Amino acid sequence: MKKKDGWRQAMDAGSCQAWHRLRVICAAALSSCRGGLAALAIGLLPGGARAEFGINLQPPATIIARQIDDLHTTILWICAVILVVVFLPLVYALIRFRRSRGAQASTFHDNTPLEIVWTIIPVVILVAMAWPATETVLAMKDTSAADMTVKVTGHQWKWEYEYLARDGTPEGSEPVRFFSNLATPREQIGNQADKGEHYLLEVDNPLVVPTGKKIRVVLTAADVIHSWWVPAFGVKQDAIPGFIRDTWFKVDEPGTYRGQCAELCGVNHGYMPVVVKAVPPAEFDAWMAEQKAQRAIAKAAAAKTYTLAQLKDQGEKLYATNCAACHQPNGKGLPGAFPALDGSKVATGPVDGHLDVVLHGRPGTAMQAFGKQLSDLEIAAILTYERNAWGNRAGDVVQPAMVAARRNAGAVASAPASN
Amino acid sequence: MDAHSANPAIPGVPGHPPRDYAEEHHGAPGGLRRWLTSTNHKDIGTLYLWFSFAMFLFAGALAMLIRAELARPGIQLVDPAVFNQLTAMHGLIMIFGAIMPAFVGFANWMVPLQIGAPDMAFPRMNNWSFWLLPAAGTLLISSFFVPGGAAAAGWTMYPPLYMQGGIAYDMTILAIHILGLSSIMGAINIIVTILNMRATGMTLMKMPLFVWTWLITAYLLVAVMPVLACAITMMLTDRHFGTHFFSAAGGGDPVLFQHVFWFFGHPEVYIMILPAFGIVSTILPTFARKPLFGYTSMVYAVASIAFLSFLVWAHHMFTTGMPAAGQLFFMYTTMLIAVPTGVKVFNWVATLWRGSLTFETPMLFAIAFVCLFTIGGFSGLVLALVPVDIQLQDTYYVVAHFHYVLFSGAAMSIMAGVYYWLPKWTGHMYNEALGKTHFWLTAIAFNVTFFPMHFLGLAGMPRRIPDYALQFAEFNLIASLGAFVLGAAQLLFLYNVISCIRGGKPAGAKPWEGADTLEWTLSSPPPYHSFTTPPTVR
Repeated sequence: MKKKDGWRQAMDAGSCQAWHRLRVICAAALSSCRGGLAALAIGLLPGGARAEFGINLQPPATIIARQIDDLHTTILWICAVILVVVFLPLVYALIRFRRSRGAQASTFHDNTPLEIVWTIIPVVILVAMAWPATETVLAMKDTSAADMTVKVTGHQWKWEYEYLARDGTPEGSEPVRFFSNLATPREQIGNQADKGEHYLLEVDNPLVVPTGKKIRVVLTAADVIHSWWVPAFGVKQDAIPGFIRDTWFKVDEPGTYRGQCAELCGVNHGYMPVVVKAVPPAEFDAWMAEQKAQRAIAKAAAAKTYTLAQLKDQGEKLYATNCAACHQPNGKGLPGAFPALDGSKVATGPVDGHLDVVLHGRPGTAMQAFGKQLSDLEIAAILTYERNAWGNRAGDVVQPAMVAARRNAGAVASAPASN
Repeated sequence: MDAHSANPAIPGVPGHPPRDYAEEHHGAPGGLRRWLTSTNHKDIGTLYLWFSFAMFLFAGALAMLIRAELARPGIQLVDPAVFNQLTAMHGLIMIFGAIMPAFVGFANWMVPLQIGAPDMAFPRMNNWSFWLLPAAGTLLISSFFVPGGAAAAGWTMYPPLYMQGGIAYDMTILAIHILGLSSIMGAINIIVTILNMRATGMTLMKMPLFVWTWLITAYLLVAVMPVLACAITMMLTDRHFGTHFFSAAGGGDPVLFQHVFWFFGHPEVYIMILPAFGIVSTILPTFARKPLFGYTSMVYAVASIAFLSFLVWAHHMFTTGMPAAGQLFFMYTTMLIAVPTGVKVFNWVATLWRGSLTFETPMLFAIAFVCLFTIGGFSGLVLALVPVDIQLQDTYYVVAHFHYVLFSGAAMSIMAGVYYWLPKWTGHMYNEALGKTHFWLTAIAFNVTFFPMHFLGLAGMPRRIPDYALQFAEFNLIASLGAFVLGAAQLLFLYNVISCIRGGKPAGAKPWEGADTLEWTLSSPPPYHSFTTPPTVR
């Protein structure tokens, strides 16, 4: 622990009083400029919600983010000083040595001692910068002695969170696992409705973590490379399909922290936010217990039989969350990129063929294997909706039991092939 | 004459008056054949420059669409799929279609003139290396109209995302292969020309700095273009022939692509900036009427930047999760590049010191280059620090950084060079007032466009997104307004160039009194075949 924030303590305790004063002055200057800018921009922008804009790194919520913030501030000031030192003579030369002011050109073209000095000084400055940066790198990489581990899987275009039990998953109980989708309504994105305060930075199911615990995050991806980024934590780690990477954070203050996918991952790259809710440990335990209880209820629901209206109604919502990004809300797809479902052979043909595409995806395309992501009931609802929405009039109802049967049949059928 | 003797690095020429070489030799064939079959370095240089200008305007138009979409939150003009096509093609076309061919155009025109050679070493290959370009450009542009639209996985083309695309993705791979081929041939031609065809008495350390920077750049091209070709060929076989270089399911690794790509990609950054250093190092002494300060250290600085550029590639990959030792190695090597880069900036300032400065358009662009490139250098230093890079990787801070390097660096140096040599190329002076208007509009609008992007990136706006959270609205609007002015200003540039070709005040052999390289000993425009008898350099 002591090692981790050693350089920061040294900075705070030691010679940095003047440094801090400078930073306060700078912050004040920046905030006054911000007022003017905001006024200018408000005049130009249309109505709706408005969020405070920032010109610096977001307020840090972890020790690592704080170290990054300090490091950035330090190097910014070093650069500012160098800039002044270099540009002052430049500006002076531009004013003083004009021919229009009668300046006569000198003929000197070398000065070896000067050139040696201005090669060595940057080296010294760079070493001074590299030292604290190295300490932070080592601290960021130290994922040992974590209190709990969360597995994050990137999908096009949502995050999947799974809580890994410390001593493996207890016999017979599945780990808590869920998907986190963008919650911003399409009408706001299409400018048909006023945008909410957390436009594009809100999800249906945030990752919930306890405060004060070291949380190890292991990451992978199902399809393409994504990057899980929470600025306030100073955490950005690519999620790479087929590989596991890890990072960590420890939040002290309860609150909701927002970030986004940072690696271009396809059409809806801009629409896969990361939201982390940090709550006190007791509240976290209660939340975890509730998650487990809900899973039992969902299991019972999958065993029932439903009417077309019930499934279609639920299917419409699930379609909007899981399918509409590519196939579009009107089922027309995007010609050339994503096929239409309205009137398609798959969505109006035999149920089994339709189920196979949804369960197993289409390898080599953006069509994912939803069998791993959604429950039997959810898939049943989506299929029922797709077969009876827009111009599609298949008229059949896909029950959860049919999905389960096809799922198992597919597993049996593909077993020898994968051998 | 004063200027000649003032600079030991740049040779003086014994004073025989320029002869009318056109009388002694055949001139250019007329009509379309002149351009299609040309083996003349000046014609081919002109073709390169016009091609790059056309691509600059096209890719710039894509940028205007990007900024129009990003002017306000929400989806306005283009859907996210098209938006991703715009960003990817803007990057690819600007880099491979605009900036690189522009510098090769300068090399074609100026390297033979500055070393006193009659032409390039391989004139027929020179023709071929240009005429590959329109084919590649056509492939890239027409890929917008195939089913599924153009490649939309960013100019970096990372798999597995790149694996998901349609026919346009293969067209892009083919186009880049062709562009790479063209670059390699151009580079070989430049190396052979410089090493074998210098005028008598022009030792390597007497070469103008522009020639030096191109010699080193050409070696970089020969070294890394094949590496890019490997990366995209592996991608092509992954896409169509069942290999799994980049697919974990088949035992490959998607991150392998990034390593190979950036082993090309980082030297590529210097391919796009070293010739800019050369142009600026030519212009500053001319208008300061004073020799370049520290010629020798400039040459060594360029060489060390080129060498270090092979050791820093993984700083583009700090968030992929490499071991701490890897992160630290690449952080230290990246920071080291600041040393030779700093030396260059100090030398430029020292060149201006106690000169006799005038501020014609090329000089204005060159000074803006020094100031703005330095800012881009500082943001590069900030990004070199791994922990800070973790916050800023893939944000608008990076977008700001590389536009300070590539627009106010590479593109503005190209503009400086065009204004500087237009009188030589055309025989006419360009319109100075219009040139200065173009400069001020460009310099101001550039900063209005890209400076706020630093703030956006720090505050947490990812790059390559078509829509953004509300706290980013103000700066995006400012950036978009700046971008529209920046884009419109380039039409002024086009107009100025065209009217300079059509007519204007006669330039005379040497319109810049402080200029002292060999091209100014020839008439303006130079005869179709120049230096058929090599000059002697003392």
